[in-house]
Formats: sequence, structure tokens, C-alpha cells
Amino acid sequence: MRMPRLTAFLTATAVFVSAFTLAAQAAEEVHVLNWKGYGADEPWAVANFEKATGYKVVNDFFNSEQEMLTKIRTNPGLYDVVMINAAFNDQAMAGKLIQPIDVSKLSNYADIAKDKAGSPMLNHDGKVYGVPWVWGLTALAINDKSFDKPPTSIAEMWDPAHKGRVIIRDDAVEAVQFGALASGQNINDIKDMEAVKAKLTSLMPQIKTFWSSENDWNQMVASNQIDIGTYWSGSADRAKTHFKLPVSLVIPQEGSVAWLDAFSIPVDSKNVAGAEAFINYMIDPKFYVEWVTKVGAPVSANTKAVDALPEDAFNRKVMGSPDVAKRIQFQAPITDEQREKYLALWQELKVNVK
Amino acid sequence: MADQLAIGSRRGLKPALPLLLPAYLWLTVAIFLPLSAMVFFSFMTDLPLAGKDWAFTLGNYAAFFSQGLYATLMLASLRLGLEVTLWCIVIGYPAAYVLAKVLKGRSREAIFLLVILPFWSNGLVRIFSWAMVLREGGILDTALNAVLPFKINIDLMYSYPAVIIGLVHSYVPYMVLTCYLTLQAIDDSLIEAGRSLGASRRQVLWRVIIPLSMPGLIAGAALIFVPVVGSFMEPRILGGRTGTFYGTVIEDQFVAVFNWPLGAALSFILLAVVLIILALAAPVLRRAG
Repeated sequence: MRMPRLTAFLTATAVFVSAFTLAAQAAEEVHVLNWKGYGADEPWAVANFEKATGYKVVNDFFNSEQEMLTKIRTNPGLYDVVMINAAFNDQAMAGKLIQPIDVSKLSNYADIAKDKAGSPMLNHDGKVYGVPWVWGLTALAINDKSFDKPPTSIAEMWDPAHKGRVIIRDDAVEAVQFGALASGQNINDIKDMEAVKAKLTSLMPQIKTFWSSENDWNQMVASNQIDIGTYWSGSADRAKTHFKLPVSLVIPQEGSVAWLDAFSIPVDSKNVAGAEAFINYMIDPKFYVEWVTKVGAPVSANTKAVDALPEDAFNRKVMGSPDVAKRIQFQAPITDEQREKYLALWQELKVNVK
Repeated sequence: MADQLAIGSRRGLKPALPLLLPAYLWLTVAIFLPLSAMVFFSFMTDLPLAGKDWAFTLGNYAAFFSQGLYATLMLASLRLGLEVTLWCIVIGYPAAYVLAKVLKGRSREAIFLLVILPFWSNGLVRIFSWAMVLREGGILDTALNAVLPFKINIDLMYSYPAVIIGLVHSYVPYMVLTCYLTLQAIDDSLIEAGRSLGASRRQVLWRVIIPLSMPGLIAGAALIFVPVVGSFMEPRILGGRTGTFYGTVIEDQFVAVFNWPLGAALSFILLAVVLIILALAAPVLRRAG
């Protein structure tokens, strides 16, 4: 008796709160949920989009994929566009958080690379649940001041010369997949967890701190506190182009983790038309070229957008080269059991450094 | 006698009700309800959002006892709480004494303002400014190297001492304020009486001043110990790879991995441990007081 009453009360509170937010929200707003400083919140891009369409963009941010899922779950109806890593699309769809997208409304959709658009991670039952936006690598980035010539191997992270000057992201999945690469395994099919654990255990004393946002990483380099660390390709490009920091991306010979970021529309979106317009703008070549030139970005999933870059652009020349394509491994979805196993391992490693 | 008291309090309650109601209504809505929801969550397998299946379980509490890492972290956090409290006493008590007994008038007001000033700034800003001071090539490092004739390398950032420094800085005003209040209430004639009866300064301190100011010390210690044990922001920003504590793991459960039930269970275990410690310490402290 008591329990349903409590549930009812909680629901009532939730409805009450969302009714309030609803009333406060103008009809023509597009609420976007994305990483901070990741394209969608660029002031010039927002201004261009608002001028072209008349919608008003409201940005909100997350610091981890789990936080993003939490935000959609706990704020039904608040967001219209959400940026979801393709490896999490499955989970979001299964949790009934996102809706199928009518891609016929997106004029730029036809130009998206066929392997990305047709990815089984984004398509379920013949319906499209995610529009591929950009892809990139979780590779290594170095502080140019600490190296005469860029290293080629992941083993550089374990070099005693860099003791206390190494940084990795505070993320269980990324850490474990990085350990898998370092121990020569397939990131999506880790057979020898003990080898991963041994690798990461020996890496711990090397580490200065863990990063969780681009800002952390860039500040560590700006104050010359680190030599090398894991970083995202787009972020390294942004650190170099936009913040003029001495940062270079290294794709080690052992390979790199590749990810695909896509836009989805939450189930309870109040402005699906606005969401479609925004997503279409985000995959537009014109936006992409401006983003790369002004700020620095990962590689667009839109082939026409990549072709619009200069011949020698990093995102066209290096990221598009067949040699790199051979070395990278795309992240596949991870089950909850795997995630919990990775998290337990990561927490154990972090506690044992004490 | 007891009956009379009961009648007296009952009579007192009715007219007091309109005065009490707003505060208790607010406490019920703002603290009791969310907290009971959290108790409820801590016994669930999953959150009942988006039509997920869930059931009642004790598993979240069992996780604490089955995995050694939570106990290790709990001990680390308790140690952190004790150390920070100790440093706050060492730094805060003499300051409170000077404020209450030595300084008078304008100078007291000025020094008092300096103690309270940090309260006016945001906690996160304070911690980030410590980051600028403590790191290699930071303010402390540069300043010391500019003054000292030899080269030293100070890099306290991302270490256990950095966490202690940040937390002590954040919490020392509580100790100063609570001790100041009790020290100020001590009648100066008691100290004079002790001195005139032949007690040394040290004897007066140990036999008169400290016992009489004990309530303030205890209140300050409790005010500091409890939040420090559960702290997560300071260890995360200042602690680097050594910054994993019980509080940061709870934060991870809520923010990073969306396991609210486990996070809630871990919080209530912390609450229970803190209450047990305070209950065990109460008789000892009461005797000391």
C-alpha cells in the first residue's frame, strides 16, 4: 500500500516539474545535449543556424555517456537533439529513450558515407535511430615540448622518462580498451583480462592525474605538466588549431580505438522539425569546413564535407589514409555485464594506487 | 512532576504550532521526502525509469561487504576526516583564542572578517585557486624559488597533502567560529582566579580554558569531520590519481555509471558509520567536556 503511494507521489512530482519546465520553454526552441565545446555550441554556428531557420538553440552538456543517458532519462521532453556515441545507440534505443528519424527530411543524409550510415549500431529494424555526424580516434597526444620526434608506439606511455607526466581519461571502458590495445588484443573481444590488468597496473605509477574534459587536458599541457596521454583526435586538433597549444596527435602502430558520434532525437521531443533542421545543419559541408578551419574537429561522416577540406588537411590526408584505416578498431556496443566488469577493474586499480 | 511537565509542554505546543509549521513543512518537503526516496532506491535492483524492470534487493548493501575496495576507501576517508579535523584544531583553536581573549575592538573585527571572508567565495573557486598555487611552476613554486638562493621543486598538486591543504582551508573557519563563541563566554575572572591561586599559564590552559571551551571544540570537530568524510570535489580536483575516496565513488555511481541504487546504499552505509562513530565518541567527549 505504501509503496505504490510513494511511486505515485514521485510520478506526480516529476509531472509537476516537467509541466513547469514545459511552460517555461518556448515552442520554437531546439534543446541540444552534447559535449561542451563540441561543434554544436559554437557561437557562430548557433547564430548561422538561428538566422537560417528562426529556431532558437539551447545547449546543455554532459561529461560522460552515462551522464548523458541519465539526463535524457530524468528529463523526458526537455531535449530535442542528443549526440550519442554509436556504441551507446543500442542502449538508448532499448531503453526507449530515442525515436526513429525520418531521414528523407535531411537533405544532407544522402552524402553520408555508406558504411557509416548503414552501421548496424545506428539502424534497428530498418529504421534509423542515429544520423552519423563525425568519427575520430581515441589515440595518443603528446606535448611537443617534451619530444624531439613523435613516438610511434603505445609503449612510450610506460617509459620511466615520463613518470608522473602521463595522463589518461577517468573512464573505465576507455581505460580497459586502451589496456587491450597495449596488450595486443581486439578491443571488442578481450580474451585476456589479466593481461589488461597487468598493463594498466604498471601504468598507474606513471600517471599524473585523470582527465575528464578537454579543458583538463589542455590546461595540463598549457602549464607544461604532462608529456603524453590518451586524447581524442578532434580534441587534439582543436587544442592545436584553436588554443594554439603544442599538441600533436599520434596514432601508435599498435592501433587506436575509433568511435562514431551520431545525432538522435529523444522520444519525447517537443520540436522534431527543429531537431531535424539542426541535425541537417550539423552534417552540412559548409558548417564542417568552418568548424575545422576555425576550431578544429574530428572527421565528418559526410564524404562531401571531407572532400571540401584542403588536400593536405589532417582530417583528409591522415585520417583518410588506408594505412590508418587498417590500424583502427571501431568501438562496438558493450553489455551492462561487461561495463560493470570494466568498472570494477578500474575502481580496483584506482584504489590500489593509494 | 512528570505529569505537570507533560501538561505544560502540551499547552505550549498549540500556540507554537503556527511558528513551527513553516520550518517543519519545509524540512519534510526538502529533506525528508527526497531522503526517503533515496532509502527506497537503495533497496532496488534498478531505477523504475523508462519501463525498466526492478525488484527489491539487499544486494547494494551486500556489495559494500563483499568487495574489499569499499571498506578500504571507507577507512581512507575516515583517516582523511580525522587528519583534516586535527589540522583544523591545530590551526583554528589558537586563532580563536587570540580573537576571543587577546584582540579587542577594531583589530578583532578586522581579523574576524579575514576569517569569515573565504565563506563569501564559492568553494569550487577556492579549490581551483589552490590548484594554481600548488602545482609545479605555480605561485608557491615560483615565489619560493624567487626568494630562496637554492633551487627547490615544489609540486604538491595531485597528492594527498594537496587534498588535506584544500580541505583544511575550506573547513578551518568552522573551527574558529565555534571555538571563538565558547572561548568568549569564559569569564576572564576565572582565568585571573586560577593565576592568583598559583596556577601556571599552561595549567590554566589545560585545567580551565580547554575544558570550558570543549563544547565549541566538539561542535567544530563534528561540523568538519562529517562533511570531510563524504567529500568528493576536493579529492577529485586536487588529488589526481590518489584522489579516489569514498565520496568520489558515490559520486561516480550517481553521475558516471548511473547506478543510483548502489550510490544510495553506499551513502547510507557512510551515514551509519558516521553516526556510530559519533555515538561511540559521545560519552568520551561528554566526560572530557
